Amino acid sequence: MSAASHCDGCPVAVLPVHGHPRLVGLVGPPNSGKSTLFNRLTGLRQKVANYPGVTVEERRGRARLDGDTEVVLIDLPGVYSLTPRSEDERVTRDVLAGEMAGQQKPDAILLILDSTNLKRHLVLAAPVLALGLPTLVVLNMADELEARGGSVDPAALAEQLGAPVALVSAAKGEGIQTVYDFLNGAVGVPRAMDLPTLADIPKCRQWAVRVGDQAGYAAPAPPIWTRRLDAVFLHPVAGPLIFLAVVVAVFQMIFSAARPLMDLVDAGVRASGAWVGALLPAGALRSLVVEGVWGGVGSVLVFLPQILILFLFIGLLEDSGYLARAALIADRTMRKAGLQGKSFLPLLSAYACAVPAVLASRTIENKRDRIATILIAPFMTCSARLPVYTLIIAAFIPERPLLGPFLGTRAAAMLGLYVLGFLAAFGTARLLKSSVLKSDGSPFLLEMPPYRRPTLRQIALRMYDRAKIFLRRAGTVILGVAIVLWVLAHLPLSAGQMPEIANSVAGTLGRALEPLVRPLGFDWRIAIGLVTSLAAREVIVGTLGTLYGMDAGSGTAGLQAALRHDLTPGGAVALLVFFAFAMQCLSTVAVVRRETGGWRWPAIQFAYMSLLAYSGAFVANRVVTAFLG
Amino acid sequence: MPASAAAAAVSTLADLVPGQSGVLTLLDLPDGDAQRLMELGFLPGSVIVAARSAPGGDPRVYRVEGTEFALRRDTARHIHVEGSSIGRAAEEGR
Repeated sequence: MSAASHCDGCPVAVLPVHGHPRLVGLVGPPNSGKSTLFNRLTGLRQKVANYPGVTVEERRGRARLDGDTEVVLIDLPGVYSLTPRSEDERVTRDVLAGEMAGQQKPDAILLILDSTNLKRHLVLAAPVLALGLPTLVVLNMADELEARGGSVDPAALAEQLGAPVALVSAAKGEGIQTVYDFLNGAVGVPRAMDLPTLADIPKCRQWAVRVGDQAGYAAPAPPIWTRRLDAVFLHPVAGPLIFLAVVVAVFQMIFSAARPLMDLVDAGVRASGAWVGALLPAGALRSLVVEGVWGGVGSVLVFLPQILILFLFIGLLEDSGYLARAALIADRTMRKAGLQGKSFLPLLSAYACAVPAVLASRTIENKRDRIATILIAPFMTCSARLPVYTLIIAAFIPERPLLGPFLGTRAAAMLGLYVLGFLAAFGTARLLKSSVLKSDGSPFLLEMPPYRRPTLRQIALRMYDRAKIFLRRAGTVILGVAIVLWVLAHLPLSAGQMPEIANSVAGTLGRALEPLVRPLGFDWRIAIGLVTSLAAREVIVGTLGTLYGMDAGSGTAGLQAALRHDLTPGGAVALLVFFAFAMQCLSTVAVVRRETGGWRWPAIQFAYMSLLAYSGAFVANRVVTAFLG
Repeated sequence: MPASAAAAAVSTLADLVPGQSGVLTLLDLPDGDAQRLMELGFLPGSVIVAARSAPGGDPRVYRVEGTEFALRRDTARHIHVEGSSIGRAAEEGR
């Protein structure tokens, strides 16, 4: 596995050198280990963006070569063919053909194929080699091929394909040097071969089988461990039980295990805020920095531990191969909502926070299912709703046993809000999937990869990547929102003094909004809270505290009493319903815009959820008021 | 039902019992979907083995040339197969 096997008579050419670093495209079918190789070559030198106007993610990275040179790698979406049938395939084809707007045509290609599935994956080689770009055919998972008793002769395959072939294990780093050798310069331009045309799939297939045979390809034995594990994980009885246990374990971790870490972040934010505050003179600047910036960004930052733990689990589930089994088991249930098995993981994540849920929806290849999943995820009861629910429930619902010691009225109310969010998500999914996002009829297809041992490196890279996206949101959108909200709450100055919040722009805005929210049973204070909680839902608790003149030290008991004084029971229930339905979270709006490639979906989502929240709260207020007189 | 009648009754992937295999004859699906499945190895002439499934039997995993794909029943019943065998495949299939 040292040097790439070149073909005799292949012309050897040096990669063209432009003014900018050379661009090498990584192409391969899903589950070929393409991203593993990309991560192996680039490490932390990666940048993730979206292709303009589409939901496809663009991953670029730099690989360091000999003598301080660099090459830019672009990890193209995994495709089974270059027929532009899906968005992924269209992007891959356009980039490779140099037809993607704003994209330079790649100078060379790394074609990554799973050596344990060579005959199927070789089908992709024909259209890729036909592009005529310098190409290295990377046969990945060489370790697994060998372990399962398969073999292939890279030199013979190179001869058949007219392009160099490297046998590597990207996960273990074996044979990677040959890839570097290719990137370093000397490469064979594919020799003109008689390649089958795309449209004729059976002919492509025959070609792939013939090429494989002539390269002495011996398919590996079936993966025994995968069969054994499937006997357990897909067992008719044990399978669903294990699935439930996994769901409960993930829940436990994101709520219980994340809690101390979240408290730690919270304490860190407070302590550093106080420290910075002490350095500044008392007045507007200190208030802006401590309350506006530190408070605003901190309220979002506390979710970071939860998000990291969530992505640790997602990484373990995905890289081990269990996620495909879980999606299989969940498919039947998800189908009732018009969705599919792969939607379950993002929706589970949404119980922690909608932002990672939206990011986790990337595992869904079907675009309509993916958008539907993104649109309903914010209905799931995320952890930012809990402080709001807790405050209102504690203030208005007396604790009485309902089912003996097992269930009290307050717990039942909390449970009811979870159910309410779930029902809204379910109903919305049904609505979307029977109208604008109706399935295009493309069949549900789920590849079952063999079980593999997840590597720490891969999982750590993903956690880093997702944390970066999240922090960038907190650092830009939320920072901006926090500053704007602070300005609204502290201006205009009167006689050089900051006004009471009631007389501020936010206060004026709250009073202006009061007629609008009056039918919901809210007064101007709640209206201000609804505005400030756009940054993050739980911010309303702090805002109400400020409005009622509560010190942080006096706890929530005083706030509860004040709320009981100003809010009718109808208004309180309406507020709970409003928070269950409303998209009071600009981080989510920002991440949905990013993931759907434009403002259209987040705008529709925000309008829909706001409307539902308003009408839901209106009805709740009327019904409760009618009952209680 | 005699064994021969049971074998003859097998006509689509959805009719295969776990461990049973069939030779694909026809993909009765829209062109795009049929092409997608063919790219994955569901080609006329390929041997497909039915494997495990989600509880309730839907979706089911099908094995083709060493790779496994799960299909829903409403797709599987449009993929026609013939010549089922419950020999070696049955032992491997579980």
